[in-house]
Amino acid sequence: MSDSHANDMLVVLRHSPHGSSWLREGLEAALVAAAFGRGVSLLFSGEGVMALLDSQQPGPLGQKGTQPMLEMLPMYDIDAFWVDVDTLRSLGLKQDDLIFPVAEMAREAFPDFFQQHQLILNF
Amino acid sequence: MKTLSWPRRLAGPVRYDSSIVTMAMEVGSLPMRYALLVQGPPYSVQASHSALRFAGAVVARGHQLDTVFFYHDGVYNAARLASPPQDEPHLVDAWRNLHDQHGTALLVCIASGLRRGIVDAKEASRHGKEGFSLAPPFELTGLGQLIDAGFTHDRLVTFAP
Repeated sequence: MSDSHANDMLVVLRHSPHGSSWLREGLEAALVAAAFGRGVSLLFSGEGVMALLDSQQPGPLGQKGTQPMLEMLPMYDIDAFWVDVDTLRSLGLKQDDLIFPVAEMAREAFPDFFQQHQLILNF
Repeated sequence: MKTLSWPRRLAGPVRYDSSIVTMAMEVGSLPMRYALLVQGPPYSVQASHSALRFAGAVVARGHQLDTVFFYHDGVYNAARLASPPQDEPHLVDAWRNLHDQHGTALLVCIASGLRRGIVDAKEASRHGKEGFSLAPPFELTGLGQLIDAGFTHDRLVTFAP
């Protein structure tokens, strides 16, 4: 990630991989922004944390899974991943349960974190 | 989501109450360039209604509303064949009026639109469909336009269901 654009954009993901297309459409926005040379941070909060669980499968509805999208984010120079640690705890999850290491952030730190980004999109 | 609520007001979608009009008024006298992101479908939820009221307040205060981007179910706001009862607001026409009177670009995410059957004449022909469903002056465009709007306007305000 180029440092000059490190804090361009924050994408907040608040929906689980299934039941709606919010997560996928949020990830698509992140990918497009990265393709346009913007630095992108991702914050997984609420049910969005479930996107980070291993072995999420597409399932019988024929929707594309989101795990392959997540795994290709580093190829687009997206490597700033944050997880809402309060959600993580409330769901009884640990770092070991996630598909890759994700930095933990407490909700008290959200306002300052949001302030650091020029553009914030919520999904 | 109720059990996992978080402080939405910090950056979450603007929703529901009359404070959206106040929000537009609080920005003071310096004209700003606004963009809206509409993710809610017309009629089923309040997002589009609120977005239009906010849009009206923005231009009434002398600001520029340059761009509205429709994503997710928001693409249904561009449905050419929408025919609501005459005693209800015509949301599609209201967006077109905004374009006609203030030059607001009405941008529809092409990927979201194609999935949901919102296609212009060119895409309809390309996919072998009879007729088209996107009402000009709405235009199909890529997500890159949303990112661009986010960085080139003074404010981007999201209206989600």
